[in-house]
Amino acid sequence: MKVSLSWLKEYVYTDLEPSIISEKLTMAGLEVEAVEQRYNYLDNIVVAQVVEVKKHPNADKLSVCQVDAGGDELIQIVCGAPNVHENMFVPCALPGAVLPGEFKIKKGKLRGEVSAGMLCSASELRLETDAAGIMDLEGEFVPGTPLEKALTLSDTIFEIDLTPNRPDCLSYIGVAREVGAFMDPVQKISLPDYTLPQDKISNISIHDHAKVQIIDPDLCPRYSAGLLFDVKVEPSPFWLQEKLESIGLTPVNNVVDITNFVMMETGQPLHAFDFDDVAKGSIIVRRAGRDAKFTTLDSKEHKLESDMLMICDGARPVALAGVMGGENSEISDSTTKVLVESAYFHPVSIRKTAKKTGIATDASHRFERGADPEGTVNALNRALSMIAQVCDGASIAKDLIDEYPQKIAPVAIDLNSDALNIRLGTKLSVNEIKHLLESVDFEVENIDDARLNVGIPSFRVDVARPEDLSEEIARLWGYNNIETSYPVIAAKGRLLDKKIPLRGNIRQIMTGFSFFEAINYNFIHANSCDGLNLSDQDKRRRVETILNPISDQMSVLRSSLIPGLLGTMKKNISQQEDSIKFFEIGKIFFATQKGSLPEETEVVAAIMTGNRSDHSWYSKKTKLDFFDLKGVVEGLLQGLMVKNISFDKIEDDRFPYYQNGYAANIKAADSIIGNLGKINAKVLKNYGLKQDAFVFDLNFKALQDLIPESVTAEPLPKFPSVARDITIIVDKSITIGTVLEQFEKISQKQSLIENVFLFDAFEGQSLSENKKSLSFRLVYRAANKTLKEKNIKKLHTNISKTIIDMFNADLPE
Amino acid sequence: MHNSIIDIEKQALESINKADDSDQLEQLSIKYLGRKGVLTGFLRNISSLPVEERPTAGKDANILKGRLEKVFKNAFLKFESVEDNNYTGIDVTLPGRLTQKGSLHPITQVANEICDIFLRLGFDIAESPEVETDYYNFEALNIPKYHPARDMQDTFYVSENIVLRTHTSPSQPRVMEKTNPPVRIISPGKVFRCDSDVTHTPMFNQVEGLMVDKKISFGDLKGILTTFIHQFFDKQTSLRFRPSFFPFTEPSAEVDIRCVMCKGKGCRICSKTGWLEVLGSGMVHPAVFENVGYDTKKYTGFAFGMGIERLAMLKFGIDDIRKFFENDIRFLRQF
Repeated sequence: MKVSLSWLKEYVYTDLEPSIISEKLTMAGLEVEAVEQRYNYLDNIVVAQVVEVKKHPNADKLSVCQVDAGGDELIQIVCGAPNVHENMFVPCALPGAVLPGEFKIKKGKLRGEVSAGMLCSASELRLETDAAGIMDLEGEFVPGTPLEKALTLSDTIFEIDLTPNRPDCLSYIGVAREVGAFMDPVQKISLPDYTLPQDKISNISIHDHAKVQIIDPDLCPRYSAGLLFDVKVEPSPFWLQEKLESIGLTPVNNVVDITNFVMMETGQPLHAFDFDDVAKGSIIVRRAGRDAKFTTLDSKEHKLESDMLMICDGARPVALAGVMGGENSEISDSTTKVLVESAYFHPVSIRKTAKKTGIATDASHRFERGADPEGTVNALNRALSMIAQVCDGASIAKDLIDEYPQKIAPVAIDLNSDALNIRLGTKLSVNEIKHLLESVDFEVENIDDARLNVGIPSFRVDVARPEDLSEEIARLWGYNNIETSYPVIAAKGRLLDKKIPLRGNIRQIMTGFSFFEAINYNFIHANSCDGLNLSDQDKRRRVETILNPISDQMSVLRSSLIPGLLGTMKKNISQQEDSIKFFEIGKIFFATQKGSLPEETEVVAAIMTGNRSDHSWYSKKTKLDFFDLKGVVEGLLQGLMVKNISFDKIEDDRFPYYQNGYAANIKAADSIIGNLGKINAKVLKNYGLKQDAFVFDLNFKALQDLIPESVTAEPLPKFPSVARDITIIVDKSITIGTVLEQFEKISQKQSLIENVFLFDAFEGQSLSENKKSLSFRLVYRAANKTLKEKNIKKLHTNISKTIIDMFNADLPE
Repeated sequence: MHNSIIDIEKQALESINKADDSDQLEQLSIKYLGRKGVLTGFLRNISSLPVEERPTAGKDANILKGRLEKVFKNAFLKFESVEDNNYTGIDVTLPGRLTQKGSLHPITQVANEICDIFLRLGFDIAESPEVETDYYNFEALNIPKYHPARDMQDTFYVSENIVLRTHTSPSQPRVMEKTNPPVRIISPGKVFRCDSDVTHTPMFNQVEGLMVDKKISFGDLKGILTTFIHQFFDKQTSLRFRPSFFPFTEPSAEVDIRCVMCKGKGCRICSKTGWLEVLGSGMVHPAVFENVGYDTKKYTGFAFGMGIERLAMLKFGIDDIRKFFENDIRFLRQF
């Protein structure tokens, strides 16, 4: 909300500098977002003295003037005003000035004569309404003085960002009360005159013309109305227009402007009806019911819902209650009878209507936060008086209508100062508390040494319980005056959730392996499942869809990290970064039944693409392959101490984004904890990618379950080991895994085998077409002695023989 | 000294003198002093000597062993110094065979830093779901349907009553429902709001904090958060607590720090105010306690929440929040 300081001073005394007021308002909870000078628009407008006036050679009505605007030389300005004369002081807009209405002043020629500025009328400067001639500044001035300074024009506009709990401050009176509270001594606010001018009251009672019926008092507890006769609708007087403009409101006409003015002043939204359009003079406040459509005064048609509160006349709806009036009853130039509504509507009802119709007005903004139920009549009187005073000849109907079927009970709170001091960490006495609360018009009475009875003003809808008062007291006392302390709390903690260190370990290992951590949005494109080639039955098709997405690109919750990682790959390749390694730890989501939370599963995934090594003095450029990524998975799992890892080729079509034959399940003991593979050409194409990409995907929870609780150190071997190799030539169809598995079985029985690993494998060359050569190294060690050559030889020969027989293998020639 | 020993010594010294480099010397050392060397061999065969010669022969052999060890040591030293002097060495400016390290996302780094500070203050970590019910995200936190405070957070809906959590605050009722006071937790995680520009992304990260016990005060809230700010930024950072409004705290406070860029003079980053808003906080609203069945007469508590991106942007001087989720490796390499 914009607040003009000079206007504000009509309600409260303050001599503080605007910057101090701004600071203090902010620290009172009314955050000042910006401070502007109202008359900034008068920049480059100075006081000038007219030195010489000559008739324009080519135009009868124009004069060519030489003026002293404070510069070294006189300047020539062409002027059309009849009242221009020598020696007068006038406002002069110099080139660069911008007059209201975005009128830019430039040096130019008028009918052939140079004109280097403009002598201005009061109306052109929005200082008064006089447009008949240029503004004659009476008195003596130094030419060149900025006009703002010469006329001591000054006003500061505060832009206040109000929190939703303070509707009372959506008004000048509310803000003034806050300013008064931080003045020293505290200043009481001066309220406007709420009495009606007796000389403007007609003999005719409102009851002879109008009646109000509240059918739904749950949504409209109070409805006050007044009636005016012989109103002449015309533009508002200058002072009123100027006030509204100073806070960014556009003047409309005197009636509407006054309702807006009073709303800004008191916080009570008002609405003015053309009473001649109110059928049967009857106002009925009720739910829309069967009424289906309504056209608001901005000429927009809205669909109604049956429980929206409407203001109706004897025949039809005339306003969306508390939100916006109807086109059918708005004030026009021909209006003469005006019915002014000042009501209290239920906040939730107004909020619903505003949300559903998509209309947000100054009125709905105040009603949905909570207006002052006791403020309707004062605001109504204020508006009626002002309209009657501004419109010559207008009169106010005798009596008001004030339907208040559901009286809103005043709130009183029993405040215990001990509890309050504990909550705040303060040592305030009851009298200090009383003084603070009274500064903002709470009514406080002592109950005993520790307790106060606090009457809550009806405009403070945010205060309902003692804790609410604690905020009030804290902010009035000053948050920064509350002493900093430290809680005393038992020094016991719970075990850290195992997820936390596990994530840390994964991150540490992966970054050590040259991977960068990615964080992608949880949202992905609705077509991402198609992009991954997923079948219709795939679980990952069960995506959770966002009802109000930012864009199609972000319209469903991810059911896999892979689309995000492929996107990351693409973005980096487009920046010429084509060798990248990324990992991500995050949640994926699967929709469950409607209205229930989705399944959230944490996963760890990674992508690598490009080169294993770039061209350098020690290596040639070589491309990554499946085994680079498999090595990462093995290294990661080893680093996490996950035992019994194996890889099974994926033979089914559950991962249709992997290339056939280039993908494996990752198993630990017997359960599958994830998979890895090479992204196939079709999916690469779907993502606009051209180079090979390898991906792994691990279930975080499954991984977590495999992490050993503890590690027990084993004694180091005391005796040397001996290594022996065996090379076998077997059928290509035999996988290395099966051979290693057999070695594993043998070593389970033969304790002297410490380790078996593959150190060479090849096909082709001298081998026949369906064969491959595999070389294994067996490491033998005894726990209690140095093994003797002859023993090892015997053992190794036996094992070799077993393996050769088992796989029908040949030995190399 | 036994004759054979004298011969061995003579031969050994001669060969040592003739040796050209340390490799040859190494061979000789093995030949004479090794496990299968000449001296060991002599000692092993000592039984073949006449009985009366045996003691001296053994002693002499050991003396020679010691003597040769010294000779070898000196001879090695001689070669070492020669090798050091003659060898031109390597061009150490040739780039090493680089093992590139990856990096943790700056958000992870800042989140870790925040969590570490609070863990040191005795807080535990408690996470909660990213997709939430309307109840935990709003109702339990004293934000009823159609409350204007819902405007403060533009919400993504999955269905009428299921939302992407708009803050990490649902962890408060979730934890309190399951735990009796004292409670001391922080809860980091992703949150979502439908908003997208230079300073807003539809997803970002927060850390929530909650402390509940008997006699926890607003002063304590100030103490804990001041400690946090001083540890996260530095001890000189001044801060202020400013009244604000959150439906689930009363009183509520925004925490501002002196602008880290302009030190309070006023600049673009702080919108010329000299202050930067970094945290929202307050004393837990009694309605929240009532919703989880805590006795509001017995317990008080405070809660706070902060945006990790906001802190990371200040810490690293980043001016566009969207950078965090572009995963541009040129950006990530800087951390």
